[in-house]
Formats: sequence, structure tokens, C-alpha cells
Amino acid sequence: MSSLNYHNLKIEKLQKTVESMSAKAINNFLIRDAVTNDISEIVKLDAQNTGLEKNEYWKAAFDRFGNGNGGFFLVAESDQHFCGYILGEIRAWEFGSPPCGWVFAIGVHNDAREMGIGSKLFKSICQHFQQVGIEKVRTMLARSDHLNMSFFRSQGMRGGPFIQLEINVSE
Amino acid sequence: MKLNKATRFALFSVLELANNPERHLSATDIANKFDISSHHLLKVLHSLVRARLVGSVRGAGGGYRFIGNQKRITLLDIAEIFEDIRLPPVEAEAADDTEIGNALSQIMHEIDEITIATLNSISVETFLKTMHFYQDDLPKSTN
Repeated sequence: MSSLNYHNLKIEKLQKTVESMSAKAINNFLIRDAVTNDISEIVKLDAQNTGLEKNEYWKAAFDRFGNGNGGFFLVAESDQHFCGYILGEIRAWEFGSPPCGWVFAIGVHNDAREMGIGSKLFKSICQHFQQVGIEKVRTMLARSDHLNMSFFRSQGMRGGPFIQLEINVSE
Repeated sequence: MKLNKATRFALFSVLELANNPERHLSATDIANKFDISSHHLLKVLHSLVRARLVGSVRGAGGGYRFIGNQKRITLLDIAEIFEDIRLPPVEAEAADDTEIGNALSQIMHEIDEITIATLNSISVETFLKTMHFYQDDLPKSTN
């Protein structure tokens, strides 16, 4: 069974446990394509989550993947307030891998966690991949990144047939 | 990786009980379901009660039930009650000070890290929510 089929089987909202301002409007959040005006919010949220402000990276990512160019760049908003993003592209034939969806960034605002926004973003990008004929969605993350590891596991993702390797090439 | 028997029994028990937290099951109920020794299982359940993952009620209608936090308790948390999974070997292995021995130790360490990260990323809730995904992929016995 493909991972997308897995995903379709399991759509189950995370229990809402956090009471916050965002929670009041969260029933009404929507997922849409990212637009240029979202970049500053994405940079800010990414900086909160990673400790690095990467303006140029996100501008370049939007140029490359925004507006349906070569990938899917989606954001979640509630009452016109930005609350999260997800970014992915289609990769093909890396060491024999048929085309697959590749998710390489996701972020949800701290105040909007555990309300199902990440799940909705992930489901949406999977649907975008599915609509263009993709059957597998993959991602890669640090083993120590417990938050994202747990999140992707909770979406039904599991270890796949590829493994990440690296070498130190510095002198 | 092979988990020890107590860890496997603990995982069976916690996951079975968490699958229906309102329900009380006796040690015999669990032992029969998984075809395991109820004598050994009782010791495991006692450890799970001490770890406050499982509650026990005596008498008719009593038994064990899951009382932990499904979203927070991971497979690693349960395994660590019975095995020192996170701990490095207390004593260096033979030949660790040789080039081959050292490289081999690092490879085994790499495997351990993946195992730990995987067990730590799967909460009881995630396990129960996603276990049906695995049903078609059970390894076939070669016997």
C-alpha cells in the first residue's frame, strides 16, 4: 500500500489540548498557496524554530517553489493570521527512486501547536502530490529532531528504503 | 534489534491496555491474547504499575488499565523501564582500542542511535493510530 493511501486511511484530527487566542479561530483556518507577503512571516517563524534568520534562503525558496513552480509551498492561516507553512517538491531518479514527493520544511507557530494545523498542512501537500500522480512522499530530518520525528510518525510516515549518508570533506 | 522478553511483554501490555483505556484486563487476559507466560507477565505488570503507566484494581471487575499519557509516553520510555537502551556499554568491548575494533564500535553506535531515535519518535497514541499501516508488511517466515 502506498504512503498516500496510508494517509487517506488515517485522517484523524489531533486532540485540541491548547487553549490560546489562536484556538478561538482555529476551526476556521485555511490552507492556501504561499504568496510573496508570507515570506517575512515564514522567515520569522523559521527563525523562532531554528534560531537562524534565513531571509535569502526563503526568498530563493519562494522564487523556486512558490506559485506552483517546481514544488508546493503552502501556508496555513486563521482569520487572516499566518500560522504555519509547508514546503515540498517532486524529486525523481535519485539512485533509482521513481518520482516521489519530498517534504523539506514545515513549521507551525508555537501558539497554534497541537490543533491539527501541521496535520492539515501535511495532508494538503500530500493531496497536491497525489493530484500529479505521486504515490510516495518522503522527508529527511535529524535523528535528534524529536518534535518533527514524532510529528511525521504521527502522520503514518515510517522508515523507507533509502538511508542518508554523509562524509566530512573539510580539511 | 531484539528487545528482551520483559520489554516485549511490557509493550504488549501497555499498548493493549491503552487501546481501550476504560477497560480493565487481568494478567491472564493479556497473557492469553499474546500467548505469553502469565507468571512472567505479572512481574512486568508490577513494574508498569510502579512506573505509573498502568493502574491496578483488585476484586471483581478489577484488573489493569492504562493510566499514562498516550501522547507523551513513547516506546522508548516503556523499553527503558526494562532495558538500559540509552546507556553505552559499561565496559569497552575487546579490541576497541584497535582501528578495526574502534570503527566497528562506531558503526554499532550508529545503528543504536537510529534505533533509539525511532523508538523515541513513536508515542503510544501514534503507535495505536498507525499500527494498521504495518499489517500488510509483516516479514514472511522462511521456515
